[in-house]
Amino acid sequence: MIHVILPAHLRTLANLERDVQLEVAAPVTPTAILDALEARYPMLRGTIRDQVTKQRRPLVRYFACEEDLSHESPDRPLPEKVATGAEPFFIVGAIAGG
Amino acid sequence: MSGVRVLIGTRKGAFTATSDGKRQRWEISGPHFGGWEIYHMKGSAVDPNRIYASQSSSWFGQIIQRSSDGGKTWEQPGTKPGEPTTTPEGMPKAESNKFVYEGNPGTHMWYDGTPHPWEFKRVWHLEPSLTDPDTVYAGVEDAAIFKTTDGGKNWKELPGLRGAHGPKWQPGAGGMCLHTILLDPKNPNRIFIAISAAGAFRTDDGGVTWKPINRGLRSQYIPDPDAEVGHCVHRIAAHPSRPDTLFMQKHWDVMRSDNAGDLWHEVSGNLPTDFGFPIDVHAHEPETIYVVPIKSDGEHYPPEGKLRVYRSRAGGNEWEPLTKGLPQKDCYVNVLRDAMAVDRLDDCGIYFGTTGGQVYCSPDGGDNWNAIARDLPAVVSVEVQTLA
Repeated sequence: MIHVILPAHLRTLANLERDVQLEVAAPVTPTAILDALEARYPMLRGTIRDQVTKQRRPLVRYFACEEDLSHESPDRPLPEKVATGAEPFFIVGAIAGG
Repeated sequence: MSGVRVLIGTRKGAFTATSDGKRQRWEISGPHFGGWEIYHMKGSAVDPNRIYASQSSSWFGQIIQRSSDGGKTWEQPGTKPGEPTTTPEGMPKAESNKFVYEGNPGTHMWYDGTPHPWEFKRVWHLEPSLTDPDTVYAGVEDAAIFKTTDGGKNWKELPGLRGAHGPKWQPGAGGMCLHTILLDPKNPNRIFIAISAAGAFRTDDGGVTWKPINRGLRSQYIPDPDAEVGHCVHRIAAHPSRPDTLFMQKHWDVMRSDNAGDLWHEVSGNLPTDFGFPIDVHAHEPETIYVVPIKSDGEHYPPEGKLRVYRSRAGGNEWEPLTKGLPQKDCYVNVLRDAMAVDRLDDCGIYFGTTGGQVYCSPDGGDNWNAIARDLPAVVSVEVQTLA
């Protein structure tokens, strides 16, 4: 199971009290995780990535294993520890504004 | 007993305030959608329990929320969690927050005059149909008008609007937003809209084709002061009984048209400044209008630190300050374009919210004002529902 940690606003939007556990078929990529996440929680469509272009929203970041993966290809496989569920995949609202 | 429900959109959530017909004691509920910007909320004219809200965030984009119980509970009108997101035929199901321009929208002008691609940012204004609670129009940034006929599940652009010189439109300081939608109660095919900084537009065929209605406007901040488009219209208002008479608060100038926007003339008269954002019309007196003069486009606060609503009982030109109950010293808040509303009680109530988080009500047409709330987040929009 893939362990996904969402920002508080998106947990509220999806009516989630806890982090998300998702079944994702290999290869586990950001695109595969987001496809599974949006399939289970349709209200999150458009909040993390554009609904048409699938581009990450500018003030959203993807972190895993202490790395910022936001600028990697979203189709690049994530580290093995994320794929096995040992480490979470973080979707983070950037620190911006005031 | 009759009462009112005030729908307050703020920079950090939505609030509702309810009162009986006296409008002296208020019960405030909220924040709903705490931490999100609520650009606008509006209830259906035919089902007051049906309310739509535009919830947005620079981080997470646009959400549409809908209530069917007067704002107590809310839902996104798209596919429910756990439901299949595609139909048995494989087509995507409802996605309430999906606003996609029809076809290739091309470019509009950027601040520096260069072409810039159309990019959806947020919904500024939601205007429910006068006859159907499931039909709503949405005014968005970058400027376009969308329509839903299924209660907000699916939104379709009316792309003919961009055909009215869209490539020449240019954003104002707040973005290129379609912020005003007026539905003509006497003619279901006629809609008026306004865009900053493109101007006012009208359709007479239900939104298929649109034309600019800016003749008579003069704007010194554009190269051709009389241009067909390019005027920074801040707000338009009309009385339901006289939909051909329109009142406009422009970037500078308060304007009036008596022929559905075909020609405008200035009615700023004796206002201390004719810059401002909102304008509204008394519910029972079609020639009584209200504005909140703001010092200038560089100083978004009232002149002399005095928060004054100005009322004209003559449809413009002759204005009187309304001050009783409003701060007349050291007040430097702004009142944004969608942050004024009127109820339909007899005596008509006038409402407005400020960027300082105050919401004021006058239960007697502007003569006396009381604060409904004093310490909310910055108020972006105020609407009021008159309840039986």
